[in-house]
Amino acid sequence: MGVNAKPIIKVEDVTIAYGDFVVMKDINFEVQQGEVFIILGGSGCGKSTLLKNMISLVRPVTGKVLIDGKDIVTAEGPELREILKTIGVMYQNGALFGSMNIMENICLILEEFTDLPRDARELVANMRLKVVGLEGSAYKMPSELSGGMRKRAAIARAMALDPKILFLDEPGAGLDPITSAQLDELILELSRSLKITFVIVTHELPSIFAVADRVIMLDKETKTIIATGKPDELRDKSDNAWVRQFFNRRAKADTST
Amino acid sequence: MNETSLNCQTLKESKLRLTISGRLDADSTSSLWLEAVKKVSDGKPKALEIDASEINYCDGVGIGLLLKLKEKQEANKGSIQIVGLKPEFEQLMTLFDPGQLSEPERKLSLFRRAAEQTGKAVVDFLREMQSQITFTGEVCVKLINTLFHLRSLRWKDTFLIAEKSGANAVGITALLGFLIGVILAFQAAIAMKNFGAEIYVADLVVIVLFRELGPLLTAFVLAARTGSAFAAEIGTMKVNEEIDALTTMGLEPVRFLVIPRMLAAVFVTPLLTMFNNLFGIIGCGFVMVSIGFAPITFLNRMQEATDLTDLFGGLVKTFVFGSLIASIGCLRGLQTKTGASAVGDSATRAVVTSIVAIVLADGVFAVVYYFLGI
Repeated sequence: MGVNAKPIIKVEDVTIAYGDFVVMKDINFEVQQGEVFIILGGSGCGKSTLLKNMISLVRPVTGKVLIDGKDIVTAEGPELREILKTIGVMYQNGALFGSMNIMENICLILEEFTDLPRDARELVANMRLKVVGLEGSAYKMPSELSGGMRKRAAIARAMALDPKILFLDEPGAGLDPITSAQLDELILELSRSLKITFVIVTHELPSIFAVADRVIMLDKETKTIIATGKPDELRDKSDNAWVRQFFNRRAKADTST
Repeated sequence: MNETSLNCQTLKESKLRLTISGRLDADSTSSLWLEAVKKVSDGKPKALEIDASEINYCDGVGIGLLLKLKEKQEANKGSIQIVGLKPEFEQLMTLFDPGQLSEPERKLSLFRRAAEQTGKAVVDFLREMQSQITFTGEVCVKLINTLFHLRSLRWKDTFLIAEKSGANAVGITALLGFLIGVILAFQAAIAMKNFGAEIYVADLVVIVLFRELGPLLTAFVLAARTGSAFAAEIGTMKVNEEIDALTTMGLEPVRFLVIPRMLAAVFVTPLLTMFNNLFGIIGCGFVMVSIGFAPITFLNRMQEATDLTDLFGGLVKTFVFGSLIASIGCLRGLQTKTGASAVGDSATRAVVTSIVAIVLADGVFAVVYYFLGI
């Protein structure tokens, strides 16, 4: 997990609201290049909203989200397209296009963004599938794949254009512990070998301890970030009882210091 | 330094040297892919040397090009040497090399494909018939059961569905009836004018409306509007696993979802048909008055031309049409597969099957009425 001290994402003073309802206010953090960065928080605290904000699906009321120095909030048209080329997103259920096989799902992006000939697109897609361990499933339909395989295929699709950053929304949700652990290994492998920066929204504590370089924790009440740091440090040394309770997976607040 | 370039040098003893320099990313690789592959394919060198020492950036697509050249050279039974590739890119090459690629299923010959598709279509048709018959049987049993236990019927749902598929469709049915009445009367009047028989336009329009067009048109509107809605609604529930939830809660989907829709559709179809007939007559009357007949003349002619047998003969059909529309719509909904397009497919299939079934049933009625002398 070699982390260079260069921020690739900067979230500055972001406030997100739906109408009058403020989801989070004055959020500030940075994600370093090559880092596996995890967004944590209780149910309904706005983790997924923050992720959607970082990929320009939800516009903030105020603030900036700089992806490699360019503000994705104000970018439009070709500029936004250029920024989107540098990121890949894996949605919770994979969001693979059901009417296309896995190969077509990956080739679609290569076809839209590059001038590569067909055999080149297929070779590049096969390379991605090899990395995620789905070599033999290129011509299967998404409905023929298991939940874990679908998520791997979604990662392969997200990697199609060699993104600098991969955003993963709940990668371990609904998977058995072995498949979930395999997915964690894949994240670590991609981070190590391709130097991809990961921004992950998850609840799965084993995954967090396995992959995270750094986490931030959102709070539903204060609508801000209440903790930032390495997961083991937060578990053992956080001065916030709720954060310790979260990391120690306890039903009641941990009042010891 | 970032300019991507490709240089080709033919050396002695059928040796080719490709010098690639600069940045190999998705954009730049796209521009030199075809050229590089063509050089190797056409030249068929015994030995290929790729000088990669000046590649300063290489991502997955760039590695793809190097792997493609390697694959081509191996297919030509030649040797390949990549010189000067930076260690980090070499690592990527090992990581990405897909090895033996899986191939898509080979396409069969035209004849075999046609034979396979015909066989599949026949089997699908038979299976379809089987599921339709099984479903009809199940619905009939549940319907009889409901009639004996009226409290088990979900009355609120039934009335709500009747309102949505009946009351809300009055406008479109009435408009369609009126327009058909006008068009039919107008066209008939032009033809009959040659024989001085315009008064018989009333006979034609009213008999056709009561016996055939009224029930058929209403059924078509209902199939398009309500049948598709049933299929889409139940289909979405199937995709969201709500049907599975009903089953595991011990609530039979047929009793819970199909019977209310069935009863609602069966009872609103005759009512809508009467609206259609009424407005059709008004449309016809409008044309008759405008070509110079007094309203009373039209009404008298209409009364002479038709009787209650025509009206009820048509209305009886609508009970069957209504049950066909509801049962086919619900069945298609329950047969919905997974995926984004599945619900749309179910709605389309519901409308198409309903219309075919309505026309077939109408044909059967025509034969039966002929033998009964109705």
